Amino acid sequence: MENRSPYIVNAPSVSIIMLKVLLALIPGIALYVLVFGLGVIINILLASLTVILTESVILALRKLPIKPFILDGSGLVTAWLLALSIPSIAPWWIIVLGTLLCIIFGKHLYGGLGYNLFNPAMVGYAILLISFPSIMTHWQIPTNLMANHINWLDQISIIFNSNVFPKETLDAMSSATPLDYIKTQLTLHQPLNMIQQDKIFGFIGGRGLELINLGYLAGGLYLLKEKIISWHLPVAFLSTLFLTALIFHIAAPDTYASPLFHIMSGGSILCAFFIITDPVSAPTTPKGKIYFAAGIALLVFIIRIFGGYPEGIAFAVLLFNICVPLIDSLTQPRVFGHK
Amino acid sequence: MQLKNIFKFNGGVHPDENKIISTRLPIAKLAIPKKLVLPLRQHVGHVAKVKVKPGDQVLKGQIIAEADGNISAAIHAPTSGKILKISEEVLPHPSGLPDFCIIIEPDFKDTWIEKKPIAWKKLDKTQLIEALSQSGIVGLGGAVFPSHMKLKTNQNQTINTLVINAAECEPFITCDDMLMRERADEIIQGSLIAQTILGAEKCVVGIEDNKIEAYEALKKAAQKTLVEIKVVPTLYPSGDAKRLIFLLMGIEVPKEKRSVDLGIQVFNVATVAAIYRYLEFGEPSISRIVTITGAVKTPQNYEVLFGTPLSELIKTAGGSLNKQKKFIMGGPMMGFDLPSIDVPVTKAMNCVIESSPELFPAPKPVMPCIRCARCADACPVNLQPQELYWFSKSSQLEKAREYNLFDCIECGCCTYVCPSNIPLVQFYRYAKSEIIAQDKSKEAANTARERNEFRLARIEREKKERAERHAQKALGAQDKQAEEEKKSTIAAAMERVKQNQQENIKN
Amino acid sequence: MITALVVMIFLAVLLGLVLGYSAIKFKVDGDPMVERIDAILPQTQCGQCGYPGCKPYATAIAKGEADINQCPPGGDAGAKALAELMGMEYKPVNEEHGIQKPKSVAFIDESTCIGCTLCIQACPVDAILGAAKQMHTIIASECTGCELCLPPCPVDCITMEPVLENSESWKWKYPIYHIQKAQKA
Repeated sequence: MENRSPYIVNAPSVSIIMLKVLLALIPGIALYVLVFGLGVIINILLASLTVILTESVILALRKLPIKPFILDGSGLVTAWLLALSIPSIAPWWIIVLGTLLCIIFGKHLYGGLGYNLFNPAMVGYAILLISFPSIMTHWQIPTNLMANHINWLDQISIIFNSNVFPKETLDAMSSATPLDYIKTQLTLHQPLNMIQQDKIFGFIGGRGLELINLGYLAGGLYLLKEKIISWHLPVAFLSTLFLTALIFHIAAPDTYASPLFHIMSGGSILCAFFIITDPVSAPTTPKGKIYFAAGIALLVFIIRIFGGYPEGIAFAVLLFNICVPLIDSLTQPRVFGHK
Repeated sequence: MQLKNIFKFNGGVHPDENKIISTRLPIAKLAIPKKLVLPLRQHVGHVAKVKVKPGDQVLKGQIIAEADGNISAAIHAPTSGKILKISEEVLPHPSGLPDFCIIIEPDFKDTWIEKKPIAWKKLDKTQLIEALSQSGIVGLGGAVFPSHMKLKTNQNQTINTLVINAAECEPFITCDDMLMRERADEIIQGSLIAQTILGAEKCVVGIEDNKIEAYEALKKAAQKTLVEIKVVPTLYPSGDAKRLIFLLMGIEVPKEKRSVDLGIQVFNVATVAAIYRYLEFGEPSISRIVTITGAVKTPQNYEVLFGTPLSELIKTAGGSLNKQKKFIMGGPMMGFDLPSIDVPVTKAMNCVIESSPELFPAPKPVMPCIRCARCADACPVNLQPQELYWFSKSSQLEKAREYNLFDCIECGCCTYVCPSNIPLVQFYRYAKSEIIAQDKSKEAANTARERNEFRLARIEREKKERAERHAQKALGAQDKQAEEEKKSTIAAAMERVKQNQQENIKN
Repeated sequence: MITALVVMIFLAVLLGLVLGYSAIKFKVDGDPMVERIDAILPQTQCGQCGYPGCKPYATAIAKGEADINQCPPGGDAGAKALAELMGMEYKPVNEEHGIQKPKSVAFIDESTCIGCTLCIQACPVDAILGAAKQMHTIIASECTGCELCLPPCPVDCITMEPVLENSESWKWKYPIYHIQKAQKA
């Protein structure tokens, strides 16, 4: 005899939730291809393939059922997020290695789906960033800005074998990200408005990058509408980042970029809607979500301005992942009938 | 139907109602069965005391087991007939364990014992409560708490609002709905009686906005009274007493307190109707309305005598009597699988649903919790079900208690919305009953410790007393010796004196 | 040099005063550890641990003379709780001290009982009623199931009856489910 009430359920499965997250990434990816060419697609494909193979092997080793855990789609979300975080012309082994790191060190060493303390994609990203700083900070220049236009076939061959082109061509193809550029130029005592005259800057953020961020924003709004993510995280993240940047910007507009620049460059939007919204490694209480996201935003800003790295999302997220159990226990909501 | 002045609680869900299927036909009377099985434990509190013996002839409405103490309820013969035996039978309880029941063989004459209507308009509060303690009426919404106890208030309690629970928020169940449609007058009259006994200023009926016909009927019946009919939105679990009070009045009943402490008492519609029938016609609690629905041929509401084997009801409703089929008692959110189709209909049985794979598909494979907190969003008590699940699963019971496990009302909203298909409520039920059992054994251990310490102290005391007695005796012996020594010295001295005298004489 | 010395001496005196004061102010009477250990023990008073009762065993654990896994009635759960309290590694109950059994209560076959009172003297919680030459009865609700009354009985009229689950003591079970049917195999 079983007593399994409630007998009725009405919930999207984990697979559906993850599928919707993937779906929400598509506008961003499409714009990415438009701006930077097909390289990112290769990275996404490589990452997806690696994730499926690695997870299958690990699940088999752990004697867990393979099918439900591959179909839950959480691995694919991790893989796609990592693929979108690394430069699109990074050599193929970067994404493969990164994905392996995500799945092994970020996910399965902690017990797999639902048990990871850290955001798996950020674990992989952080390790890559520390190990290969040069590759990880050399972003491709938008295709329409390149001196000698290269086609998508060239891009693919660069990913698989960077030796096919002379070093000069490669250097001409890549540059620092706007955040990175500002940082290095500021150390050369350039005023900010001069720095931002560079061709890599667009209207608000990085040229092209701002367009991609708009794509992510659209996807994020879709997730909000579908109730896949709660509003607390993105709102708290973006507003904190905006306010902090605003204060600094007003205080010294020559040194500190505008708040909109901070929101529209780097991974801010992706972070707000897709990275910190990973439910497993985020707090569960509404208040906790706000503290968590605001804390990350603050830390991101601090690292961007004062830290050694141009972008601080991965480190900020990982640091705050450690605090999640504490945040949760300190922000328990008031129970009905309690004071 | 207007939703006015309603306070919304957190969470809640909207499961498919499935109520229309069992409201197409009016309430029918189920025929007297060949055998009635009346469990002695049909209510919260002490088990009723048997007042009959096998072979006795009983009349309809006669008390066959009386209330044992205050928190208990009498059991009456639902029809006239002979007491066959008193034996252990399987009951409609999730445990499926047997318990003692009185078995009656009806004589099909259905002869009433002399009915004694009570002039309730003339009696005072204490007399009415005294009368009702014989009625066998318990909360028919499912809580089965003896009703006369709920009407009794002590000196420092004043009830200002009587809430009549007509929400019936669980899917499939329509017994209250049909009762309201057909016997709205009885409900309103019963409510007024309860209000008078409680001395409440206000009486509010809370009804979900999906029961339009019932609402109209109540409205009509309450026309010339001050009973207020208030509509609440259809949202499971609005029928939970504390949730309903919040919906109607915006008052949160604090934890570990009951609504009476705030001057609010809640009765189910069927309970107040039963109170009215007992006082007005002298009819004790011998039957109730039961919804039989789900995969049966003709879902309908029946007025069923307590003790009627469920199989009779199923047969009448055209249900499958195939033993393989499963029947659920209660609604799909909080009900449970019945252990057998031979269980009797009891005071708590409001609804029986025949299960089918189409209605209630087998549970989907369970995935790990991804901490999405959908359960927390759905929880009407504002708990953190994902944390409670974690603690219950790992049997960290103290931690679960700390996170207010005992505030959980087991409504099932969390499981209903869980993307990972985790049977959350089952974990909470497990953790709760485990904690209760542990508390009990802790208490038993404390008594054992006290008894052991008492015994050790007693042994110690006895030892001391014995030692003292010994000492006393030894002391006594010493005294004797000394006395004898004294005596012998005296005797010796006297001897010497004598000798001296004799010698003197000789000289 | 002198200043440093003065500062150090001043600090030492100050801290000493604070420590001394708090030692008096927050003095703990008795040994709370024994009480806390005793609270975990099931109070069966069976002596299977090798000590004459639960309290002596608790005292021995507190002194570090006894191990935490010597109590079969407390079971593995009890050993776990003790391990947590003592900050020790959990060990399952040592079978040398007896095997874990479901809770039972003693039952006297009243037709065989000769009324010798030996069991009454053995019972650690005074749960047996009776007098010399009178039949004895066990108060089931007070019996801890320690089995200490079994050996002294000259006619072997005491049996241990396991406590069966009834509708009042019934508990919900730990839910069992499978991630996927594949896992069952």
